[in-house]
Amino acid sequence: MKKLTIQLETLTCPSCMQKIENATKALQGVQKDSVKVLFNSSKVKLDFDDSAIAAEAIEQAITTLGYEVKKSQVK
Amino acid sequence: MQKFILGRKNQITIISAILIIIGFASELLFHQEQLAMYALALASVLGAAPIAIQAYQALRVKVVSIDVLVTLAVAGAFLIKNFEESAIVTFLFLFGAYLEQRTLQKTRSAIKELTEMAPESALKLSESGEFEEVAVDDVDVGDTLLVKTGAKVPVDGTVLSGEGHINEASITGEAVPVGKRKGSQVFAGTILENGTLQVVADRVGEDTTFGRIIELVEEAQDSKSEAERFIDRFSKYYTPAVLVLSTLVWIFSQDIELAITILVLGCPGALVIGVPVSNVAGIGNGARHGVLLKGSEVIHDFSRVDTIVFDKTGTLTVGNPEVADIESYVPDVQKTLGYLSSVERESDHPLAKAIVKHLGAVDTYTVQKTDVVAGGGIVAEVDGHTVAVGNVGLMEQQGVVFSEKARSDIKRFEAMGNSLVLTAVDGELHILMGIRDQIREGVKSHLHKLKKLGVKHLVVLSGDNQGTVDLVSKQLGLTEAHGHMLPQDKAAFIKKLQAEGRTVAFVGDGVNDSPSLALAQIGIAMGSGTDVAIETSDVVLMNSDFSRLPHALGLAKATARNMRQNIAIAVGVVLVLLASVFFSEWMNMSIGMLVHEASILVVILNGMRLLRYRS
Repeated sequence: MKKLTIQLETLTCPSCMQKIENATKALQGVQKDSVKVLFNSSKVKLDFDDSAIAAEAIEQAITTLGYEVKKSQVK
Repeated sequence: MQKFILGRKNQITIISAILIIIGFASELLFHQEQLAMYALALASVLGAAPIAIQAYQALRVKVVSIDVLVTLAVAGAFLIKNFEESAIVTFLFLFGAYLEQRTLQKTRSAIKELTEMAPESALKLSESGEFEEVAVDDVDVGDTLLVKTGAKVPVDGTVLSGEGHINEASITGEAVPVGKRKGSQVFAGTILENGTLQVVADRVGEDTTFGRIIELVEEAQDSKSEAERFIDRFSKYYTPAVLVLSTLVWIFSQDIELAITILVLGCPGALVIGVPVSNVAGIGNGARHGVLLKGSEVIHDFSRVDTIVFDKTGTLTVGNPEVADIESYVPDVQKTLGYLSSVERESDHPLAKAIVKHLGAVDTYTVQKTDVVAGGGIVAEVDGHTVAVGNVGLMEQQGVVFSEKARSDIKRFEAMGNSLVLTAVDGELHILMGIRDQIREGVKSHLHKLKKLGVKHLVVLSGDNQGTVDLVSKQLGLTEAHGHMLPQDKAAFIKKLQAEGRTVAFVGDGVNDSPSLALAQIGIAMGSGTDVAIETSDVVLMNSDFSRLPHALGLAKATARNMRQNIAIAVGVVLVLLASVFFSEWMNMSIGMLVHEASILVVILNGMRLLRYRS
């Protein structure tokens, strides 16, 4: 289990948190309870199984929604 | 394609604004209705493109977002060939989003400034013996680092060699540079103002004090209170409900215009955004002023505090008794002062120390035969005289007779909060001294501010004796003061207060008061930001500056008030809009969108006021 922290562009719209949450939770290998979308710091924090999904794939899912990924860190 | 469109939202907004102007100009000024229609239709399609993409992406992850509502509304308006409305609605929505982004960045700026103070690179001693620049993530515990003048200290560490002055404002909030030499502790995020230091890394990255502070603030700004979680759950079902409502209206009234207007009016923007905005601005203001508030729940509780408990007299006093008043009863006391100093020099009682310090350099005499009288003082033989130094009880025991003046002086000194030390030579009273602890500068006015902010009970619990505690309490006008308190007594006392239904804040240094800090509704750690204090408390005052306390409380109150205002604005706007769509003639899609976007901006601007709050 790895920890992924993604810094996004400034989040402004109220429903974007819900979108990002749903999109990441739907991915295989992402720990559902661990997904946290932080509105003010514009970050996504989640735990994922790196044998089931790559960090890049998770980032891709968020980019597809239309949110630019600025920086990410896997620990 | 998607990325291309979403990345050019700003340009699209400008173009659609121009098209709208062309459209209205050609219709109203030149009566070119055909041209007007084309321009407005083009503006609608162009403006709707990014919104529709977002709507599609939202639906893919099963979210009925605002984008979905707006896209449907615009499509509806397009169908009934109302291009004016569709163009204006899309433009307002895009322009509103742009303004929101700009203003939100402002509200978040205070915290951003803090996180940007984090060091990014370090000069690390490599195997070749040279210092090389590396990213701060590549520094490990035990590495030797070089810090040059003007650079940020990259880690928490110990100075190996060199000297310099460091500005530790980012940790302590205190801008006065602190001198560092071999063996001194240095902290990540502080700035070396002059000199050069070699430092060995003790803690790196998130483990450093600065790293913890940043993490704490970052989590605090997004922490949610019970009320916010409710709003979140509510808004999850709110947007789909609006969709259903508008569909029902359409089916029953066959009025597309009305149905799409409801879609636009129902957008929940301000409600969801209002509370987080107040939260981030309030916490940001605190971070700038050396006050860490751990989240909106804390702000909420703190704003309702009615009892503040201080953990010791040392928080309120300098903790250093001094001779404050002095009276003599013989013409020449020079010799007596010498005797007094000589006798007190042998004692390590705090009062004796205060006297020796006060007297300074006086003639000293050899002291023969000292008798310590428990609870009274000292009787000694000095220079062939019997010298008694102690309290009134000791004097009476020694058969000293008090004059009328001495009696009234004693009364007066006691009333001023002094501990009394009397000196008699051969059974005759020579000197009366009043010694007291000094109240910290400004404490009285800060306590007064707290009272003005609505704190009804100011309590001090102290390990000192009841007499000292009472004196401090009397001088400061506290409501309650209890001495002889052990840490477990303090915790029990807080429980008792809470049982009486009070909301209690406990101010401690976090070292041996963790139980009380944890127990009180609001634990306020005062001090240099020790790890324990940061972990167990709800509010951290970054240095032991008492003046931060009124600021912290005032800020919490202002922030809580701001949140309530924002909720009121948001709910009020939705109610007014929905009422007017059914009961008024003037309501339409464009006005609805305008009011909706305006209400979002109003709550953001209202939140921004908190950045400027001062106590």
